Amino acid sequence: MGQAAIELIGINKSFGAVHANRDINLEIPRGTIHGIVGENGAGKSTLMSILYGFYQADSGEIRVNGKPAAIKTSNDAIAAGIGMVHQHFMLVENFTVLENIILGAEGEALLKTSIAKARSELHRLEREYGLEVDPDAIIEELPVGIQQRVEILKALYRGAEILILDEPTGVLTPAEADHLFRILKQLKEQGKTVVLITHKLREIMAITDNVSVMRQGTMVATRETKKTTVEELAELMVGRRVLLRVEKGAANPGAVKLAVSNLTVRDQRGVTMVDDVSFDVRAGEIVGIAGVAGNGQSELIEAISGIRRALSGSVLLDGTPIDVTGTADPGELRDRGLAHVPEDRHHVGLVLAFEENENSILGYHDDERYRKGLLLDIDAIRNDAKSKIEGYDIRPPDCRLKTANFSGGNQQKIVLAREMEQDPGVLIVGQPTRGVDVGAIEFIHKRLIAMRDQGKAVLLISVELDEIRSLSDRILVMFAGRIVGERGPEASEGELGLLMAGVEQREAAE
Amino acid sequence: MSTPYAKLPAWADYGLIPLINLAVAFIVAGFVVLLVGENPFRAAAILVEGAFGRGQGIAFTLYYATTFIFTGLSVAVAVHCGLFNIGTEGQAYIAGLGVAVVCLTFDATLPWWLTFPLATLAAAAMGALWALLPAYLQAKRGSHIVITTIMFNFIAASIMVYLLVGMLKPVGSMAPQTRIFLEGAQLPKLNWVIELFGARVRSAPLNISFLLALLMAFLTWVLIWRTRLGYEIRTYGHSPKAARYAGISETRIIIITMMISGALGGMMALNPTMGDQHNVAIDFVSGAGFVGIAVALMGRSHPVGIVLAAILFGMLYQGGAELAFEMPAISRDMIVIIQGLVILFAGALEHMFRPSIQALFASFSPKSVGMAAAKGKGA
Amino acid sequence: MDIFNIIIQTLDSTLRLSVPLLLACLAGLYSERSGIFDIGLEGKMLVGAFAGAAAASVFHSAFIGLGMAILISISFAMIHGFASITHRGNQIVSGVAINFIAAGSTVILGQAWFQQGGRTPALAEGERFSPITLPGADAVKDVPVLGHLYSELLSGHSLIAYIAFAMVPITWWVLYRTRFGLRLRAVGENPAAVDTAGISVTWLRYRALLCTGVLTGLAGAYLSMTQNGGFVKDMTAGKGYIALAALIFAKWKPVNAMFACLLFGFLDALAIRLQGTPLPIIGKVPVQFMQALPYILTVVLLAGFIGKAIPPRAGGVPYVKER
Repeated sequence: MGQAAIELIGINKSFGAVHANRDINLEIPRGTIHGIVGENGAGKSTLMSILYGFYQADSGEIRVNGKPAAIKTSNDAIAAGIGMVHQHFMLVENFTVLENIILGAEGEALLKTSIAKARSELHRLEREYGLEVDPDAIIEELPVGIQQRVEILKALYRGAEILILDEPTGVLTPAEADHLFRILKQLKEQGKTVVLITHKLREIMAITDNVSVMRQGTMVATRETKKTTVEELAELMVGRRVLLRVEKGAANPGAVKLAVSNLTVRDQRGVTMVDDVSFDVRAGEIVGIAGVAGNGQSELIEAISGIRRALSGSVLLDGTPIDVTGTADPGELRDRGLAHVPEDRHHVGLVLAFEENENSILGYHDDERYRKGLLLDIDAIRNDAKSKIEGYDIRPPDCRLKTANFSGGNQQKIVLAREMEQDPGVLIVGQPTRGVDVGAIEFIHKRLIAMRDQGKAVLLISVELDEIRSLSDRILVMFAGRIVGERGPEASEGELGLLMAGVEQREAAE
Repeated sequence: MSTPYAKLPAWADYGLIPLINLAVAFIVAGFVVLLVGENPFRAAAILVEGAFGRGQGIAFTLYYATTFIFTGLSVAVAVHCGLFNIGTEGQAYIAGLGVAVVCLTFDATLPWWLTFPLATLAAAAMGALWALLPAYLQAKRGSHIVITTIMFNFIAASIMVYLLVGMLKPVGSMAPQTRIFLEGAQLPKLNWVIELFGARVRSAPLNISFLLALLMAFLTWVLIWRTRLGYEIRTYGHSPKAARYAGISETRIIIITMMISGALGGMMALNPTMGDQHNVAIDFVSGAGFVGIAVALMGRSHPVGIVLAAILFGMLYQGGAELAFEMPAISRDMIVIIQGLVILFAGALEHMFRPSIQALFASFSPKSVGMAAAKGKGA
Repeated sequence: MDIFNIIIQTLDSTLRLSVPLLLACLAGLYSERSGIFDIGLEGKMLVGAFAGAAAASVFHSAFIGLGMAILISISFAMIHGFASITHRGNQIVSGVAINFIAAGSTVILGQAWFQQGGRTPALAEGERFSPITLPGADAVKDVPVLGHLYSELLSGHSLIAYIAFAMVPITWWVLYRTRFGLRLRAVGENPAAVDTAGISVTWLRYRALLCTGVLTGLAGAYLSMTQNGGFVKDMTAGKGYIALAALIFAKWKPVNAMFACLLFGFLDALAIRLQGTPLPIIGKVPVQFMQALPYILTVVLLAGFIGKAIPPRAGGVPYVKER
C-alpha cells in the first residue's frame, strides 16, 4: 500500500442551505486506482472540486503525500501534483492541441519557445503512456475520445502525480472506455495515483483497487473492490435494497403509430448527424435507442418532434406525414398526439424561472381548456397543475413555487406529468432519468411501462444501457448516425456494446 | 443553482431593492453635485420642493411621468422577451410624424375625442413600424438589436429633421416645427383634478394622455401575465430553446413583441405634441426614450413598478427644472447622469445588494426566502 | 479640377476620419475577445475627449491632456469591469449606463468648470496634437505621384494617428504571439478552461478592459485634441457604435478591423466631399441623408454580412463557477 497519496480529514462544505459535504474522511493510497461512487447529488464532484482548488472547504484538512497542503486555487492543486480531467472538457475548441496543453503553463511571455518545448515534451509523454495525438490538430475537429486524451495530457504535462477523472466514460463507446482503462492501468504502473469518480458500478468492479461510497453528502463506506459486489455497492449508494430491473409483463404491439423512413439530418456545420435512418414504433411497445451520446440520437428525436429541420426522408404519424424537412411545428405535432419529453429538462423541457403551474402547460398553452375568452384561465391552469402534482407525487406539492426550487427528479416528473397526461398516441422520451434520484427512477420507469400497457407507442432514447435493456421491447443501436442493429431485450451488454462501438455483428461472431 | 432563485418576499424584490438602488444612485449623484461646487443636500431639497411643493409642481411631475410610463412600458415589454430595445427614442420621434399627419389633417374638422384615437393609432403604427426592421433583422439575420436600434435612433433623427425643416414646416416660417394645431387636436387638461385636492395649478400641461398611459399600463399587465401571447413572450425571454420546444415561432414572437414595444413608445408622442405644445417640433422626445430604459429597469419591468418609477423620474425632471433655475451649474444633464446611475445600479449592479439583503432576510426568517424547501434537495 | 489631388485629399480625409474608429475598434477587440461585450466604447471615448481637452487647457500641455484622457477612460472601463466581471451584471446594461453617465457628466462638469455652455476652451498651440511632418516630406513635395503621396497622404498626421495605425500590428502580435494574447483569446472562448488551468479569469478580463481604456482614451483625445481644438457636447456622435459594427464586420481580427474602419472613414469622407455638390440624376443630396449615411451603412452591414460571423463563444456571458 504505502503512504497515502491523498488524505481528506473532516471536510465540510455547504452551499447556502445545502450541506454538500458532511465531515468527509478519505484516504487514497499511492499507486492505486481508487473509485468514488454515489448517485447524482451525493457530493462526489464537490469533494473533488475542493481537492482541485475549485472550491474551498468550510472546514477540514487536506494532506498530500502525508504533508498538509493548503489548496486555495487550482494553481495550488497543480503545484501539489494533482491533475483533473473534468466531466465536461475544459478545452478551448478553436485552439490546437498544443495551445490547449500549454495554457497556464506557458513558461514565459512569448509563445514561440513555450510551444517548441511543449512539442518535445508531448512526444515523450506519448511514447511513455501511449497517448497518441496530433499536436497541431484543432480540438473541435477531434473525436471525443481523443479530446479526452488531450485533457489527460494536459494534466501530465503539468506534472500530475495524482489524476482525478470525473465521470470519464459518459461520452465514450465501450471500446473507447476499455482503451481509457488500459491507459489508467499504465499510469498506475508508472506509480501515479488515479481517482475515478463514477456512478457506473461495473466500471468500479472492472478496474479499481478500492472504492469509497458517498451518499447525501457523507462518506458511507470504503471497500476493497475485490471483496465487494455490485449489489452491495448499490445498496450502500442508496441506503436500501434496490430493484435493478423493473417488473413488466409481455408487450402486445398493435398498429404502427410512428414510421420513420430514410431520415437524414445535418447540423449547422453541414455534418450528417442522422444518416438514412428507418424504423417503426407500434402502439403498445417501447422501442429503445441505445448508443453513446453524440451519435445522432438527439438530432433524430429533435427532427421527429419538429424542433429541428431534417434534410430528407419522411415521418408518418398515424399514417399521415409530418413535414420534417419543411414546416413541421412542435405545436401541430402535439395536436396530433405526439408528446415529447426532451433530453434537456433545464433549458428545453422547462422554464426554470416559471412557477410550477406555468410549466405544466408549456407547449399546451394554446389549449382551450386553459382559456377563458381572450385571456388565460388562471384557475383552470392551477387546478390542472394541482391534480398532476397529486397524481405524480411531485414534491413539494406547491403549484405556485418556482420550478428551479424543485429537485431534479421532481422537475422530471413535472415534465412527464405534462406530456403523459395529454394522453398522446406517441411518446418520445429522451434521457428520462438523467440526474434523477433512485426513488424517482423507479416511479418513472413504472409510468413508462404503464403507458406502453395502455397502448401508447413509446420511443426511448438513453445513454444508460441498463435503462434501455430494462424497459425496451425492442432495442435499436445507433452509431455514427445510423441504425446499426436491432436486438431484443435479452441481448447481452457485450453484444450491444460492440454495436454501439460500430463493430459489425458478423465480426463480433468471429 | 439555488441562490439566484431563492425568493425574497415580493415587497422586498419589487420595493426594497429598487429603493436601495435608487438611494445609492442618488448618493453618487450627490458627489457629482459636490464636484460642481454645490451643496447636494440643498440640491435635493430644491428638487423635492420643486416637484411636490405646489400643485403646479405635481401637475408637471405627472405630465413628465406620462411620457415615461409609455417609454418604460415600451422597454419593459421587450425585456420580457429577452430583447433590449434601445430604440424607443427613435420610435417615439417617428411616431411624431403620424401624429402630425393626423392632427394637421383633421384638427379643423373633427373634435378632439375623435382626433385623439386616430392620432393614437397613427403614433402606435409609426412606432411599431420603426421597430419592425430591427426586429426583422434580429430574427432573420441575427443582427444585434441593440446596435441596430441605436442606429435607427440616429436615422430617425435625420428623417424628422429633414421633414421638419422641409415638408412639415409652414411656408414662410423659420422654426423647424409644424404649425400650431387647432382645437380639434388639442387634448383637454387634467389640472382640475389636482385642484380638487385644494392645490392651485396656474398652468401646467398635465393632460388626458396621462389616463391613456395608465390604461396602457394596465393592458400591458394583462397582456404579459394573462394572455397566451404574453406567456409565449415570457417563455421566449427566459429560454429560446424551451420556446422552440413549446412550438413558439422565434421570428414571430420577436417581431410582434418589438412592434408592441414600438407602438407603446410611439404613443409617448401624444403627450408633448397634442397635450402640451400643440405642434410637432424638433427633438420633442428629448431623451425620454432613454429614461424609459431606467424606468423599466427600476420598475423591474412590471407595470406597477414602471408607473412608480415614471413618477419618480417625473419628479426628477420637474424638480430638476427648479434646480437648474436655482443652481445654474446643474442643468438638465444632471438628470442624464442620475438616469445612467439608476441604470447602472438597477440594471448591471442589481445583484450587488441582493446577497446581503437575502442573507438578512434568511437570518430573520428562512421561510421568507423559500429556504424551507431546500432540505433534502441535494445538488 | 485635378482628379489626382481630389483622390489624395479624399484618402487623406479617410485616414483622419478612420483614426478614432480604429482606436475604438481595437479597444473593443480586446474586451470582446476576452468575453466582455462593450457597448460603452462611445461613453469612454466621450469622457476621454473631455478629460483630454480639459486637462490640456488647464495645464497647458498636450501630453498631460493625453494622460488624463487615458486615465479617465480607464476608470470608466473599470466601472464596466466592476459591474460585469465582479458583479456579473448584464454587460449591455452596464455599457448603456456608462454612456449616459459620460454624456451627462461631460456637459455638467464642462459647464461648471469652463462656463462655455458645455465646451472646453479652444486649445492653443502646445495644448493639442498638431500635424507632424515626416522627415523629408517637404523635400519630396513636388515629386510627382510618390512625392505627393508621401507628403500629402502619409505625412502631416498627428501623433495619435500614427500610434493608431501602429497599434494594428502591435495588437496582432500581442494577440497571437504572446502568453497574454493566448490567455485572452482562451478566456473569451472557454473561461472554465482558463480557470481550471490555474489562471485568474477575473484578472485577465480586467487587464483586457485596461487595454480598452487606454485605446478609448487615445480615441477621445484624438477627437478633442487634434481635429477639433476642444471638446464639444456629444462630439462622439455614435462613432463608438460604428466602431462596434466595424469590429463585428472584421470578425474580431486586428488587420480586418483596420480595413473595416478605413472603409467607414472613406464613406464618411465621401459624404463630406459630396455635400452640396449635385450628383448626376439625383441632384442635390439632402444634408440629413449624408449625416445618416454611416448609420444606415452600419445597419446594412449588420444585416448583410454579419449573420454568420461567430463571436467569441463566451462573449457577453458573466463567468460563474459551475456548481
